[in-house]
Amino acid sequence: MSNRLALRLAVFGGLALVLFVVLFFRLWQLQVLSGDKYLAEANNNRTREFRVSAPRGEILDRNGEVLVGNRTSFALQVNLQKLPADRAERRAELARLGELTHTSLRRVLKIIAEQQKVAAGAPVTLRRDVGSYLVYYLQENQDRFPGISVQRVFVRRYPSGTLAAHILGSVHEINEDQLKEARYKGVQPGDEIGQDGVEYTYDRPLRGTPGMTRIQVDALGQPTPGGRLVDRPPAPGNNLQLTIDSKLQATGDAALSGQGLYGAYVAMNARNGQILAMGSNPTFDPALFTHTISQATVDRLYSEDTGAAYFNRAIAGAYPTGSTFKPITSVAALASGAVTPTESIYDDGVFTLGGIDFQNAGGAAYGSLSMQRALQVSSDVFYYTLGDRMYEGTPKTALQEWAGRLGIGRETGIDLPGEQAGLLPTPAWRNELYRKKLTDRPWSAGDNVNLAVGQGDLQADPLQMAVAYATIANGGVVPRPHIGLQVNDAAGRVLREIDPGPARHVPIDPEWRDVILAGLHDAAQLPGGTSYDIFGGFPVPVAGKTGTAERPGYADQSWYVVLAPYPDPEIVVAVTFEQGGFGADTAAPAARDILSEYFGKSAHPVPGAGGGAIE
Amino acid sequence: MYATRTRQARPEPFVARPGLAERLGLAYMDAPLALAAAALAAFSVFVLGQATRHDVPGNPNYFVDRQALYAVLGIVGMLLLSRIDYSRFRELRVGIYTFLCVSISLVFVFGFAARGSRRAFDLPFFSFQPSELGKLLLVLALAGFVIDGARRGSARQRTVRYLCLGLAPAALVFLQPDLGTSLVFGAITLAVMYVGGVPWTHLAAIGAAVVALTTLVLVVAPAIGTPVLKGYQQERLTSFLHPDENSSDAGYQQNQAKIAIGSGEKTGRGDRATQTRLDFVPERHTDFIFAVIGERYGFMGAAFVLSLYALLIWRALRIVTLSKNSYGTLVAGGIAAMLLFQVFVNVGMNLGIMPITGIPLPLMSYGGSSVLATFLAVGVLQSIHMQSRLSQKGRFAW
Repeated sequence: MSNRLALRLAVFGGLALVLFVVLFFRLWQLQVLSGDKYLAEANNNRTREFRVSAPRGEILDRNGEVLVGNRTSFALQVNLQKLPADRAERRAELARLGELTHTSLRRVLKIIAEQQKVAAGAPVTLRRDVGSYLVYYLQENQDRFPGISVQRVFVRRYPSGTLAAHILGSVHEINEDQLKEARYKGVQPGDEIGQDGVEYTYDRPLRGTPGMTRIQVDALGQPTPGGRLVDRPPAPGNNLQLTIDSKLQATGDAALSGQGLYGAYVAMNARNGQILAMGSNPTFDPALFTHTISQATVDRLYSEDTGAAYFNRAIAGAYPTGSTFKPITSVAALASGAVTPTESIYDDGVFTLGGIDFQNAGGAAYGSLSMQRALQVSSDVFYYTLGDRMYEGTPKTALQEWAGRLGIGRETGIDLPGEQAGLLPTPAWRNELYRKKLTDRPWSAGDNVNLAVGQGDLQADPLQMAVAYATIANGGVVPRPHIGLQVNDAAGRVLREIDPGPARHVPIDPEWRDVILAGLHDAAQLPGGTSYDIFGGFPVPVAGKTGTAERPGYADQSWYVVLAPYPDPEIVVAVTFEQGGFGADTAAPAARDILSEYFGKSAHPVPGAGGGAIE
Repeated sequence: MYATRTRQARPEPFVARPGLAERLGLAYMDAPLALAAAALAAFSVFVLGQATRHDVPGNPNYFVDRQALYAVLGIVGMLLLSRIDYSRFRELRVGIYTFLCVSISLVFVFGFAARGSRRAFDLPFFSFQPSELGKLLLVLALAGFVIDGARRGSARQRTVRYLCLGLAPAALVFLQPDLGTSLVFGAITLAVMYVGGVPWTHLAAIGAAVVALTTLVLVVAPAIGTPVLKGYQQERLTSFLHPDENSSDAGYQQNQAKIAIGSGEKTGRGDRATQTRLDFVPERHTDFIFAVIGERYGFMGAAFVLSLYALLIWRALRIVTLSKNSYGTLVAGGIAAMLLFQVFVNVGMNLGIMPITGIPLPLMSYGGSSVLATFLAVGVLQSIHMQSRLSQKGRFAW
């Protein structure tokens, strides 16, 4: 063999060697270095997951009555992979589908695009809760609608209509932002979650675990025989039992709407903070949210011009409280030494401060009176005086401090989303505004005098007032209001008791409490009391205070807060009506309806209590 | 003849009576080469048996039975061919070349179309694809022409002549259209010319022309609107350059093959293989059979198969150096190049580093023509080896 040939063969052999090295290296790279990645891809390739939604738990009232249940319904799903490959055909099919569901093609495409952004490749839920006629139609015309399927889903059912609508809240598909939140870990796009009310707060226990079937498919997406890899049935969510008593709630809702005014009420167990009933008027039908709702409906529910029905005035209303504030002023004045429980102050009908006259409502003059009597007749002059004394005393902010301790101007911590703190006007607050030139004057004695009777800048809601009254009645234990009672499993076994315990304790002398409650009892059930006309003949001894607050730009805000039974209250009811006039006119009758229902079966006339005539 | 008789008169003691092995010629064969080829064919039957059980309804052994038959026929053919002095083919070069061109051309007339390409005759028991056998025929004929024409004309004339002789059948195959096989023809032509001593400058010029032509076909021609290749061919040739694009069919196939091989990891997935079992990888019994091996038997299995090919090609190259004459050198070189090119392009295609060209993996891909032709090629190599051994020993045992 010549040298020339030997060289050529050596190059040939070298080339062969290099090529084999390349192949070996590449093989090693694919299988050894990144084999796990390709194995994951292969597994991803060959499996398809089908999720079966689980029913959410039911929401029950404290007696086990169903407030929110489920019904089965059908959802229209589009499986994009199975749509016709041809663009025009695909659009034609979607347009046909849109026609059946009264949706424009543009909207159909938009829904698909939106859901694909969140979960690419997953079936798109085009419409929930479609009628059975449509289901039958699609089943009969399957060949005309490839890739369209109908899935059984669960839809919320509200057997009591609008009852407790603001408490219950709604469920809706999780949105893109919520998917990123830690509390929705494990929730997949397309799953429904609680969006408001207790559905939101107790979403975790209510939410079930969707069932999952994972099957093996071939390259065409067809299931392969024996390829059922995981088959987990859906696990329904746990039931939530509320502290709400649906009968009391119905009475309260009726009492509220019966007045035809915007307003709210709270009925709470004064000792442990369990909300027995709570409502806001105007209200709405929670079932609205089980369908796709129109923008017009949304506007109507949220716009103030139309009453903002969605808005829960019981926990987010911001109203001056008028004279219902006086027990709070009483506690502050007694605690700061501005007055003693038996001290008398002369009420000549006018309180003059810096040349300005503050008058009693209706121009009345009550003469010399102590705190108990001042509460009974609701003497403004008495409380103007206390407000002024506290302004002059030390600390100058005793009234604000005590109002804050009793829960005014802060969130109560109720287990509902959307609670508002309201506003407790303080010198610091007004002076800050003044520095920023947002108001015309700094804090003055007049502000304190106004606050003492629940006027001026004060903004509170019925829940805060209920908590403040309950605290006084409890002798300083501030209850934490709550609506969740317990979580039960489907069989009714209690999984978790919900008892947050008191929010805090404030030092209230029993003597102060007794004087204030006696004053409130006289106000309700002693002739001459501000709500004697309403509660004089009520069979249960109660302690209640009217409130009539001036609200700039509106007619007077009507309030009534009542504790019962006196002298050892177990329930507190707070009612307010926008533009309701005198507290005794609208709020007090509503409160009486609620108490009548509460004491209904066990109600018995209490001779001598209040001494009023029994109607 | 005289010398032979003299030797026969004084036989070596241990070959006093020729044994069966000697009478079959086994004693003078290159055992590693034969064993490597047989092992690959056996492995092919094994793999097909596991991977194609459900492919033909009602006949789990459809591919296995046929491939086993082809392998047996191929081994018999190899044994027979190894006994024939390959130098006879040099004399028959014109006949061989004519048969090659005619058989390929006849496909256009009598062949049946499969997937838009006419490349095979339908015979009673199997379909015969002349271009597969044509690879070997081209080696045999072209090597003959190179030896024969070594003294005729200038070096440049010779180069042009060899090129024309090699590229004519390649062009016919390309028109079937069978791009992969025509590329194999081209590789064979270049290898025979290279071993045949065509000047380096000419080879460099040919190399430059190939590069220019590739650019023209793949880039310029489509750009100016007169594509030479069919769309799918173009796509296949270029899809490996952008592997993450799943949009094209070719890109999809290549990606699936890559996933299949990668997912086999070190020891393979066995019957739990999904990529090649659930149709994600197309043509799993033919062009993408290496992906099946990779997924089922992992790096261990795939590297074992690659090692068998390395052994096969090493023995072929060794035979190039052993040949007793130049014709044998050229033929062995052509066959070695043919095997190397096919193995590299096919396995490279499975591994995602070479374009999809539809070149079968020799002895492994299902297909009678390919298996037979490859075994016959190995038989020719054995013949060269045997003749060389015999010429050293100076005796002929037939």
